[in-house]
Amino acid sequence: MQEFVEFTLSGLATGMIYAAIAMSLVLVWRGTRVLNYAQGAMAMFTAYIAFTVINHTGSYWLGFVAALMAGLILGAAVERTVIRPVTGKPPLNAVIVSIGLLIGLEGLAGVLYGSGYRSFPPAYPITGLSIGSVALGITENDLFTAGAVLAAAGLLAAAFRYSSVGLRLRAAAFSPGVARLLGVRVGRMLTLGWALAGLLGALAGLLVSPGTFLYPNSMDTIFVLGFTAAVIGGLESPVGAVAGGLILGVVLNYVGGYLGSESVDLFGLAALLLVLMFRPTGLFSAAPARRV
Amino acid sequence: MPTLARHLGIAIVAAVVLLLATNSIGDYRNYQLTELAAFVVAVAGLTVLIGLSGQISIGNGAFMAVGGYIAALILADLNWPLIAILPAAVVGAALAGAIFGVAAARLRGPYLAGTTLMLAVALPSVATRFQSVLGGDQGLGFFVTVPGSVGSNVTLIHWQAWVSCAAALVTLVLLANLVRSRVGRSWRAVRDDEVAAALAGLNVARLQILAFVVSAACAGLGGMLLAMWNESVSPGLFSLTLSIQLLTAAVLGGLGSLAGAIWGSAVLVLVPTYLENLATSHGMTATTSSSVPILAYGVVLIAVMLAFPSGIQGALVLLARVTGLQQLARRAAGPLAWQSRRSVQSRPAAESSWSESESPRPESELSRPESESPRPQSQPAAESHEKGTL
Amino acid sequence: MAAVAGLAAVSMTAAGCSSSSSSTATSTPGITATTITIGSHQPLTGIAAPGYDEIAPAANAYFQFVNAHGGIYGRKIKYIYLNDQYNPSITTTVVHQLVLRNNVYAIFNGLGTPTHLAVAPFLNSEHIPDVFVASGCECWNAPSTLPDTTGWQLDYVREGKILGSYIEQHFKGEKIGFFYQDDEFGQDGVKGLSDEIPKSQIVSEQNYNPTNIKIAPQVAALKAAKAQVVVSFTVPAFTALLKLTMLGLKYSPQLVVSDVGSDPITLAGLLASFAKNTSAGFGNALTQGIITDGYLPSLGSTSDSWIQMFKRIHDQFIPKLPLDGNVLYGMSVGYTFVQAMFKAGKNPTRQSLINAINSGLSQGVSVAPYAYSATDHNGITGAYIGVIQNGVLVPSGGVLVTDDSATGPVTAYTVAQPPAPTSGIPSP
Repeated sequence: MQEFVEFTLSGLATGMIYAAIAMSLVLVWRGTRVLNYAQGAMAMFTAYIAFTVINHTGSYWLGFVAALMAGLILGAAVERTVIRPVTGKPPLNAVIVSIGLLIGLEGLAGVLYGSGYRSFPPAYPITGLSIGSVALGITENDLFTAGAVLAAAGLLAAAFRYSSVGLRLRAAAFSPGVARLLGVRVGRMLTLGWALAGLLGALAGLLVSPGTFLYPNSMDTIFVLGFTAAVIGGLESPVGAVAGGLILGVVLNYVGGYLGSESVDLFGLAALLLVLMFRPTGLFSAAPARRV
Repeated sequence: MPTLARHLGIAIVAAVVLLLATNSIGDYRNYQLTELAAFVVAVAGLTVLIGLSGQISIGNGAFMAVGGYIAALILADLNWPLIAILPAAVVGAALAGAIFGVAAARLRGPYLAGTTLMLAVALPSVATRFQSVLGGDQGLGFFVTVPGSVGSNVTLIHWQAWVSCAAALVTLVLLANLVRSRVGRSWRAVRDDEVAAALAGLNVARLQILAFVVSAACAGLGGMLLAMWNESVSPGLFSLTLSIQLLTAAVLGGLGSLAGAIWGSAVLVLVPTYLENLATSHGMTATTSSSVPILAYGVVLIAVMLAFPSGIQGALVLLARVTGLQQLARRAAGPLAWQSRRSVQSRPAAESSWSESESPRPESELSRPESESPRPQSQPAAESHEKGTL
Repeated sequence: MAAVAGLAAVSMTAAGCSSSSSSTATSTPGITATTITIGSHQPLTGIAAPGYDEIAPAANAYFQFVNAHGGIYGRKIKYIYLNDQYNPSITTTVVHQLVLRNNVYAIFNGLGTPTHLAVAPFLNSEHIPDVFVASGCECWNAPSTLPDTTGWQLDYVREGKILGSYIEQHFKGEKIGFFYQDDEFGQDGVKGLSDEIPKSQIVSEQNYNPTNIKIAPQVAALKAAKAQVVVSFTVPAFTALLKLTMLGLKYSPQLVVSDVGSDPITLAGLLASFAKNTSAGFGNALTQGIITDGYLPSLGSTSDSWIQMFKRIHDQFIPKLPLDGNVLYGMSVGYTFVQAMFKAGKNPTRQSLINAINSGLSQGVSVAPYAYSATDHNGITGAYIGVIQNGVLVPSGGVLVTDDSATGPVTAYTVAQPPAPTSGIPSP
């Protein structure tokens, strides 16, 4: 029973990370119809930036803010320089370019910081919490993670729904031509979408690194599982992304706990294939209308 | 058929050249040649999949693993001769490709790419999941010996180079014929306009699955050759890095071009060590210099896609055209015309048939005004690639 | 077609810019009048790199010291070590490169159990000396099938027995759990432990794969089994991960760690960011109280002649590296190689090096004697138990020796270790 509680709670904590990655993928997808394979690598890179700032200044929060800012800038820069030229071309080009970005960032991180394994400081202690004598399997840092991701999701949802910038973003994604006619600077909105996705990704990178080591490939599996979560929830739906992330996190933790960690990736693949075969739009999206 | 005869003729000439070369270049170069030929086989299959049938796979390393492990298990348990193991590895990988192709038949674009990525990440863990049979992280040995009939002064590495090059030549001849055949034309039709192809009576799903089967079969053969070269199979041999390397080689060489598969593989085998040594000689420690080739892969992928989508083969074709070797250029252009045609036809919004079918999004978001713009007619000259040679 | 012609063209170019490596067998490869060239594969990057990436530079530092003082009968040692990222498939590639292209005389101190297993058959089939493998697997002790391969460090079965007998004596009746790398390294260690620890005490055996850093399920299982002592046969990165995960689960059993994964300075470096957070008692507290073993003099014994000798060499040649267990290991195995090369004679051949080791090496830098003989290719035969306190390994008790068998006893070894040579170089 104790194990079950531990697995569930720590699964939710990991699920929050997947949710953050999934949300940033959904953001980019809805805005530019590109799947950003480099989302995890961008998160890793901003985590390295945070690491450098923290080591130089000794302050975690300064590094935190620096990473988020770097995420915004990196997202915007990537969209303008690398993605903009391939929008409108066959989707294959965008896929290859974003994979190129993925490994380019990993290589760059290795060259700048070395490929060694670093321990990344947590915002809050990583000693396990317990209620009475029942250890919960999560730490204060995990609670902070959950809070941060939910807050970010909430803020973004509110911004989308209630601000004029949000309205313009949605218009640019929904119907660029009409939006352009109405005076929306579509190009700028696309860049903004990528910048916000970069911010979410940076948050994910910051939150996941303390539990393990930071190294150039550290976000690879997390990205793949974040993508799986996004597909499960539906690439169109931010709510689906969060739900997909949490479900995936908990289920994979059970698999790892009761069946062994080697089975986790295989189970993720199976889940992905099943969802794509039987409910391609995801569990939380509307089914598409029939197309002829 | 003149096509087959021509291809066989060239293959025989190349075989003679390779035979002479392997006899004189020494063991280390033969070792590299074996690796190169293994990659050529796998990359050729991948470039046909992506360039001709228009499906993206970042997971062909997984099919290489299937071929490699089948070969290792057969050799260890049943001790078949190499000539029997080879087709077994190919068939096994082809079957895996068929299964995956059926499961992924409805996927397009980013969904397909993402699923193949997941495949590449997840499949190595099968070896650790079934450690007792598949050897876990340590893997299984794969020790090929020189058959007695070959002669006693042929070293193992020399023999492996022969096997590898022979397999590569056979694969290239078969693929070249396939590309020129009806199947190849049907693939290109589906790639260019899936709806039109379906309306013209082509069975799109079956063609897509066939493309996966062919590329998986090539990958399986390449995996077996790589296992022979490495004298073992292990998850570390067939990692995600390998899948990305295959993609890089295919893109760099020129998508859809078999000659491009060779250029890309050559760069892949020879350049990274060179870059790493260059970095170390400039004072970088191992922990940073080992990342230089990775950075180079990324930059190459982006640069080629943005600036020169036709890759090395496209550059060679351009060079030939510029220096007046028109005839050679026309014959070599072949399937590469895919990229240049596509970029000519592209419009600001992704209106092509590709994106229509790839993402199952709600009806309302499909109403982009740009999607109504007509596409220019394909030029008659572009169809002449059927008659030309690669 | 162009594709096939291209393949031919590439190989022709390769022919043009290649050097034939089919050497005549009259002279020994890798030996010239002035140099001895040896090679190695090392994890300079990857999961095994923390700590282990210092070993080859340390051995090289010792070689440079010897080169500066006359070399080996006038020949300087040239040591080429290539990165295999602890990936067996890359090990095969770099070893082929060393043999075929660099024409090395011998492979020295190839690191890693799964990695070296991939190349040992090849090296033996080519009759290339494969000496002092940096792994304690029993597999290197196979003079009939791998005659050119020898071990050096305390092998894992012996180590398991020594640790196991200590646990059996000092933790009577307590619940023991194992956490080990799922290959010959960990399995050999568990074999040794199981020889000494009563079956009734062992409550859980969990393993990990070095490519998968998610070990939370295994640690949760150890906790659920209520193991009070956890014996860990792990590389340093995984020892650190184990410690981190146990913190997250609020689980604090007594940790007993194999020598290969217990260097306090390496562990402190891996956990550096957490070490700064002193509120939860981190810093040296993370490694405080870990029980482990040592077969080389302890770095804390600053008056030991060997430590003083190595410290001088370290300060002169590799001052930027920390003077930790890995550097000590590297210089010690380098010293042993020089011992063997001197014994191989003034005109060494590949066979004369193997013969030199087969005829036995005198005890030098280790606290227990070597097992080398024509029928035994194991190296160091014993160690002392120690506890990590304030970042230093403190010996507790004397040297214990044993053998590889399931029933051989663990006995005390009371002969004192010989002092280091004043010149720093073993006598020929």
